[in-house]
Amino acid sequence: MGQQRITRAECAHVAALARLELTDEELDRFTGQLDELLDHVAEVEALEIDDLVPTMHALPITNLLRPDVPGDVLDRDEVLAHAPFAEDGQFRVPPVLGEAP
Amino acid sequence: MSAEAAAIPGLGAPADTEWETVVGLEVHAELATETKLFSASPNRFGGDPNTHIDPVSLGLPGSLPVLNEKAVELAIRVGLALNCRIQPSVFARKNYFYPDMPKDYQISQYDQPINVDGWLELPTGKRIGIERAHLEEDTGKTVHIGGGGRIHEAGYSLVDYNRAGVPLIEIVGHPELRSATEARLYVAEVRSILVAVGASDGKMEEGSLRVDCNVSVRPLGSDRLGTRCEIKNVNSLRSLGRAIEYESRRQIDLLTSGQAIEQQTRHWNEDDGRTHALRSKEEDYDYRYFPEPDLLPLDPSPEWVEQIRQELPSLPRDRRLRLVEVAPSTDADHIALAVERSMDELALAAIEGGGAPERVMTHIVHNLADGPGQLTPDALAGLVGMEDKGELTATQAKRVLAVLVDGGGSPQDAAQSLGFEAMDTGELESLVDGLISNHPDEWSRFCDGDAKLTGFFVGQVMKATRGRADGKAVTQLLHSRKG
Repeated sequence: MGQQRITRAECAHVAALARLELTDEELDRFTGQLDELLDHVAEVEALEIDDLVPTMHALPITNLLRPDVPGDVLDRDEVLAHAPFAEDGQFRVPPVLGEAP
Repeated sequence: MSAEAAAIPGLGAPADTEWETVVGLEVHAELATETKLFSASPNRFGGDPNTHIDPVSLGLPGSLPVLNEKAVELAIRVGLALNCRIQPSVFARKNYFYPDMPKDYQISQYDQPINVDGWLELPTGKRIGIERAHLEEDTGKTVHIGGGGRIHEAGYSLVDYNRAGVPLIEIVGHPELRSATEARLYVAEVRSILVAVGASDGKMEEGSLRVDCNVSVRPLGSDRLGTRCEIKNVNSLRSLGRAIEYESRRQIDLLTSGQAIEQQTRHWNEDDGRTHALRSKEEDYDYRYFPEPDLLPLDPSPEWVEQIRQELPSLPRDRRLRLVEVAPSTDADHIALAVERSMDELALAAIEGGGAPERVMTHIVHNLADGPGQLTPDALAGLVGMEDKGELTATQAKRVLAVLVDGGGSPQDAAQSLGFEAMDTGELESLVDGLISNHPDEWSRFCDGDAKLTGFFVGQVMKATRGRADGKAVTQLLHSRKG
């Protein structure tokens, strides 16, 4: 393994963005694992690929489209019965600070 | 001004002429499809909360998005109308945690948007560059309850996912606007284009057209961009203008007092007429965009794009130019207004049908603000013809117009129904003769050349006919009686 590609702090930041709570021991372990993954990415990056056309998707298909025709909707009461909290036909959630990012 | 107001940035001195305001706008428009971008729930404004929902718009496990063909077609129409290049594109996930998006990401286009490198022309002739116009899905609506209704004190929130997944086109313009007025013209032009190509209803008041504006200021003559602030919650053209004016003053005041601008997202408050900091860029979200694996790349064929291009209607810019040709002496503002209100066709047809351009445009701009209703081009041309011939006064014409808008029909019939029909010559003659014999003193003074008495007799005729008579005809009659 060469130089370290990701720091413990960066790993903690990524975990925070994904709303993951990690213990110190987990943070150490995952930093090491991510570092190994990035080593692998670096190996791929080193390949000579000048002759290759970039791949947009794993499948060689484009333009899978659906006609603009209305279909069935879900029953609201049934849906809300699965929600932890509901009120006035809406999902009730904890208060959110500020507006959507 | 009070000391307190002077101390608040933005309420200080009016914009200094040594500063230049720089504005770049992001316009989000809901596309006028029947269904959502990736699922078959209806795309419809209003309705009871959470009645336009399906597994995809709720982000239920196992659900998969399938792209709406109509949304793509409308996006291409917008791209073509904005002179963009239509290119192969891919969708990306924009990751963030917020209850308005139940799957915890929004599907958008990121590094490969469908439309790039376009421009639009303001009615003033100035061209504004369009960086991109990409497809993305709208979010759900959250309502904050409790805590006095203020966002930061909210007790809890309620979420309605009817809007989640509605197709949006986001049009990102280059920061080439230089004033609040230009920004308003730009948004009005974008809206006209969206409506003209049938991509959106363009209703700011219903939230189907939303604008985020990036505002910065710099010393006049500088070619460097200043630190910008992004303003959200601008819900009308009027608030857009007010928000930009306030924000540029705030920034100028900060800079002239030696302070720095902090890059921020700010919220426009319509009630106090100010922008307020929402969050600073330091705590900005890291969206971790990556290609959406559940959707395939979009690569519209040249044939399809060409077909859409052929079907594009006449665009606002071309429509303005056509109207200027037939009504060359009309103000540019009035030409733009006629096109924006979609009454340019009516104006053109009325003018081509023989209506005097000035009078036609006056009615279009001043008397038809609520739309033409039942008014036909022929009726408008006929009405203007009656005004030209002196059969109707301007005030009477306005009332006739109102009747035509409400119920259609011909201007002659409408004028008659209001009692405005031209008077029979015999009726007018006997009326004048009667006045002459009832006012012998006035008549002899008139005959001696006292011009003031003309007004007296015309006034008497008008009073007797309640304004129906043509003043010119009365004067002629008086002179012929004098012999």
